[in-house]
Amino acid sequence: MSLDDATLLDIHQRMIRIRTFETEAGRLMEAGKIPGALHLYVGQEAVAAGIMAQLSNEDWITSTHRGHGHLIAKGGEYGRMFAELFGKSTGYCKGKGGSMHISNMDLGMLGANGIVGAGPPIAVGAAFSIKYRKVNNVAVTFFGDGASNEGSFHEAANMATLYKLPLLLVCENNGYGEYTPQANHQAVVDVADRAAGYGMPGVVVDGMDAIAVYESAEAAIERAKAGEGPTLLECKTYRFFDHVGIRGMGLAYRTDEELQEWQKRDPIYMFEEKLAEQGVLAKEAATKLHETILKEVQEGIKFAENSPDPDPATLLEDVYA
Amino acid sequence: MANTEERTLTYVAAVAEAVEEVLNEQETAFVAGEDVAGAGGVFGSFRGILEKFGSDRVIDTPISEEGIIGLGVGSAATGLRPIVDIMFMDFMGECMDEIANQMAKMRYMFGGSAKLPITILTMSGAGMNMAAQHSQSLEVWLCHLPGLKVVAPSTPYDVKGLIIAASRDDNPVFVVLNKLSLRVSGPVPEGDYEIPIGKAEIVRSGSDVTVVTYSRMVSESLKAAEELAKNGIEAEVIDLRSLQPMDSDTVIESVSKTQRAVVVHEAVRFAGLGGEIASQIQERAFDYLDAPVARVGAPFSPVPFSPVLEQAYLPNAKKISAEVSALLG
Ligand SMILES: Cc1ncc(C[n+]2csc(CCOP(=O)(O)OP(=O)(O)O)c2C)c(N)n1
Ligand SMILES: [Mg+2]
Repeated sequence: MSLDDATLLDIHQRMIRIRTFETEAGRLMEAGKIPGALHLYVGQEAVAAGIMAQLSNEDWITSTHRGHGHLIAKGGEYGRMFAELFGKSTGYCKGKGGSMHISNMDLGMLGANGIVGAGPPIAVGAAFSIKYRKVNNVAVTFFGDGASNEGSFHEAANMATLYKLPLLLVCENNGYGEYTPQANHQAVVDVADRAAGYGMPGVVVDGMDAIAVYESAEAAIERAKAGEGPTLLECKTYRFFDHVGIRGMGLAYRTDEELQEWQKRDPIYMFEEKLAEQGVLAKEAATKLHETILKEVQEGIKFAENSPDPDPATLLEDVYA
Repeated sequence: MANTEERTLTYVAAVAEAVEEVLNEQETAFVAGEDVAGAGGVFGSFRGILEKFGSDRVIDTPISEEGIIGLGVGSAATGLRPIVDIMFMDFMGECMDEIANQMAKMRYMFGGSAKLPITILTMSGAGMNMAAQHSQSLEVWLCHLPGLKVVAPSTPYDVKGLIIAASRDDNPVFVVLNKLSLRVSGPVPEGDYEIPIGKAEIVRSGSDVTVVTYSRMVSESLKAAEELAKNGIEAEVIDLRSLQPMDSDTVIESVSKTQRAVVVHEAVRFAGLGGEIASQIQERAFDYLDAPVARVGAPFSPVPFSPVLEQAYLPNAKKISAEVSALLG
């Protein structure tokens, strides 16, 4: 490991924060306490953590329907996030957006998104703005394997390379678009292959390995900031929960064996093994950290539960500036 | 011998049964859309269809709405009769060129030489806390495009009959379904039958006011009518069923009798179908009217996520009866 201890511990914490938040959120949803749909990020934590550990609030990201993990990794507060999932007035979007539109402009988070593939073109705009304003930042767009089949992804990839924009296109390939396996929705195995068609580097990385993600993103960010244009980073990963919620609709679209194989490569477990091996963080300390974070997450839930519903009079607010 | 016991199906099961009828009847019919095959549709609209007809005719597509509609347009123009699914109506944004500039206009632009027998199934409506991009009622986008037909069934019976009619029509027909109605049950005959496209139904007779509506607002309007009846107001409720073409004659005839009208839809009130219908009523039945035509629709905002706000947003029986009561003064 070439990363310093502080960075390693930072990545580790971000992953646990996501895991704990998402597990609690899923539990609450399945208990009927969170309305609407929740797409949970558990299994994919190494991607958000490895990349967000290198971004500041002035670096912009666009997210997806599976967006809580990105926001947490970017510094989202549990309380205000849960309040949003509950539809409370103290939520990041005053209860108007919910899970699929959770966002925080102050943290440089341009929103989860209910429209698959909607993020990349918006990120092109954010990257253009960064270049235009001559600031030393990047934009990062997260999207799934499924989303890489939308025309919007292809238009964004072309424009980003054409204008040499400071952008990272991060494909979180978890092998499925909803219930359709990748082999049934695209003929390529590596989404990264598509980069060649637009004239940018395409990199495949183990999305369960936070350090590998960190390092490839680091190179891509350097390239972007040097004015050399975008990179397509494909992170091979897996979602441990169902498409929606934890257990979801119970469709038999993937096998338990496949899930178990991937769970053996749990990004947090693997990371903690390494941390212990290198003497960065002992197993007991890691366990303690999980407990501390769980307590913080539970406080966030309490904050959300005790928050007021929005006043119906706010319905027509914020339609226009 | 006819069954004396009426068979009932849910709204969503009626979709699947209609699709099955169509695939049985028409060799050139196939189904394509996101998760329609393996998963049977995320709402269950296509449950069992893959198992019955196989993967040559029941096709999971990539998440590529423009591609899906294009697949429909191109295959229909060359002899097939596609049934394509756009999971949520909100996703039409991804494929609006194929819908508005290709599908709707190809026949006309080609001087009548092309024929596009496409059935497009899609889900509309709020009330499930799905927020601003999964809850819209955008039927008016479609009704504004010459060349398209649009139906919006309110009952399982109409779902089946309208899908079958749509599949036999030689034009593109959008079947705008409603999410909150999916689990509603109602009588559905076995075998095939058609609900004619362009024909409204009077679902409740009354003499004091005409309520013109469609989709899920039919049941809300009927609830409102029951409430109003307690106060001696008898509302006639018309389920348009078909929005394009629209059965204005039935509306005008009713309003000529009741002399008052309220148009009700879940879609945003401003520039919604209510404006069109109110205008037609004043054009054709002005002399009969005792009051201006009233409209009930959603306020001018995106659909909010918070359940409290979403309930404030949605038209419902209470808002409808309040509007009718105000109209009758
Ligand atoms: C334009 C659009 N089409 C379809 C959907 C329905 N939908 C929501 S998530 C999803 C699958 C997305 O797959 P992928 O991009 O791989 O992301 P993952 O869910 O695997 O994280 C689909 C089809 C949508 N929300 N938006
Ligand atoms: Mg995926």
